[in-house]
Amino acid sequence: MKPFDVARMSLQALERYPLRTSMLLLAIAIGVAAVVLLTAVGEGARRYVTDQFSALGTQLLIVLPGRAETAGGGIQGLLVGETARELTLDDTLAIARSSRVTQVTPLVLGAGTVSWGARERDITVLGTSAPMLAIQHWLMGTGRFLPPGDLEVAEPVCVLGATVARELFASRSPLGEWLRIGETRCRVLGTLAEQGLAGGFNVDETVIMPVASAQQIFNTSAVFRILVEASDRNGVQATRREIIAIIKARHAGEEDITVITQDALVATFDTIFNMITAGLAAIAAISLVVAGVLIMNVMLVAVSQRTAEIGLLKAVGARNAQILALFLTEAACLSLLGAVAGIAIGAAGVWLMRAAFPVLDFAAPAWASLSAVGVAIASGLVFGILPARRAAALDPVNALMQR
Amino acid sequence: MMELSGICREYAVGDETVHALDHVSLAIHPAEYVSIMGPSGSGKSTLLNVLGLLDRPTAGTYRLKGEDVSRLDDDSLAAHRQQHIGFVFQFFHLIPRLTALENVELPLVLTGAAPRARRERAAQILESVGLKARLDHRPDQLSGGERQRVAIGRAIVMQPSFLLADEPTGNLDTKSGGEIMQLLEELNRSGIALLIVTHDPAIGGRARRHLSLRDGKIVGDVSEAAA
Repeated sequence: MKPFDVARMSLQALERYPLRTSMLLLAIAIGVAAVVLLTAVGEGARRYVTDQFSALGTQLLIVLPGRAETAGGGIQGLLVGETARELTLDDTLAIARSSRVTQVTPLVLGAGTVSWGARERDITVLGTSAPMLAIQHWLMGTGRFLPPGDLEVAEPVCVLGATVARELFASRSPLGEWLRIGETRCRVLGTLAEQGLAGGFNVDETVIMPVASAQQIFNTSAVFRILVEASDRNGVQATRREIIAIIKARHAGEEDITVITQDALVATFDTIFNMITAGLAAIAAISLVVAGVLIMNVMLVAVSQRTAEIGLLKAVGARNAQILALFLTEAACLSLLGAVAGIAIGAAGVWLMRAAFPVLDFAAPAWASLSAVGVAIASGLVFGILPARRAAALDPVNALMQR
Repeated sequence: MMELSGICREYAVGDETVHALDHVSLAIHPAEYVSIMGPSGSGKSTLLNVLGLLDRPTAGTYRLKGEDVSRLDDDSLAAHRQQHIGFVFQFFHLIPRLTALENVELPLVLTGAAPRARRERAAQILESVGLKARLDHRPDQLSGGERQRVAIGRAIVMQPSFLLADEPTGNLDTKSGGEIMQLLEELNRSGIALLIVTHDPAIGGRARRHLSLRDGKIVGDVSEAAA
């Protein structure tokens, strides 16, 4: 018996009971569409969250001194009197020379006191350079940010966080005013717009100075962090390796820095959302198993309705395996057609959701649609086996006696 | 040739054992025309089912064309039925959703014959049973006599050596019953052995050899002298 004939005969049999067939197709289609829609929602949420993180800059790499990966290294270092080699402005400049990076800025942090006239306030001094504004996506309130220029030059200028500016100057403009920060004086170039908390750090309560000026205040040549923006979103890992190589060469062959990429964070969210999506798919897939039970029920009815027909097929020479194949194919056709209808319904639903909520990028992942179809067909076959075996095992004489 | 020797077929009905066939020995020769008659429950249908390999004997030996087929498995029996035996039933047993042509084609479909060849063959068979104009009619669009012609077409499409008919006219009026008998006898004259189970003496009387059954035993086996 040719496979084409098996399929044709199965479809003819399904065609004979249009209502029953269409109800069953609907049941399977709903299951498949549920998988498609729910995974589309999960995928939409995942894309939304990762895009939000990417907006913060997946191209951002943070360089810090010491090897965070080497557990216990710190303690060992203490015992033998070693400390991690510090990062310096020269390290920063060395990284900036790489073609794989677009922007590099050092970061020095420390506590300080700022005063203007009689007003005084404890703040965090943040020493950095011009690219910081773009790297952190900060917005200016008034005036301008630190000017680009030589990192080593300790210009007596500063930019105020929004809270600092308000508390020191109230409604007056701080532009061009001279502040005292610790022992030095500096002129206000501008103020930042309100930024809020970013990564647990409140920029509004800082005073931003050129890195060399901050180093002078804290009497250090070290740099706390170096922020790097990779030139290519896909080259973040290569950039990371290059930074490590550059610093290693400068630090006497010792790999004594840690480079954190934002990919790692985004990847974690990615994983979490993928798990949620898979969970949703699994829940929806349960409905496909239920549809499988319906298939079994309908196929059992079909076998008893067509008992005489099975007897006849046997009389004209059908082997048991052929009868089995016919009924299994019928179950498989049901689930395949239902699955195709379900994919279509699901796609239409995803389209509607996208139209209704354009913010979220709903899209059913291909693996979800494919596995929904796979599960539907598998469930049709698994639940079709019992009825098909029952048909194949019928005794031809008894079967022919039924009408 | 069909040779039965000491064939028994027993059923368990509740606690009782029914001897539907009780040590039947019999030989059917090629191109014979045999009627099998007897009262209800005499075992005539069981005999036909055993001869047609739909049923297995519980004891005895059945040789079909020299081969012992009494202990074959389901699939081998199916293969032998396909090759050697055609069935005609009282209730036609056509598949309602298939056209006359498709019903006749069915045994060829099961063998995996090429669509074109089998279609031509089925059409040719239907023409030979007088249904040239009814190829695309479904059973519910055909009269009883026409349905039985389709069923006969299906029975002979594989060119069997034996045609087994169980009350082939039982569901037809006298006129179309007569026509069906003529068709079957025509086929018999062309060389197919014809075995008819009936309880209608007018039908049974037309055969050249008459088997009578009672309580699972052959109680009469009369052959007419060749005319």
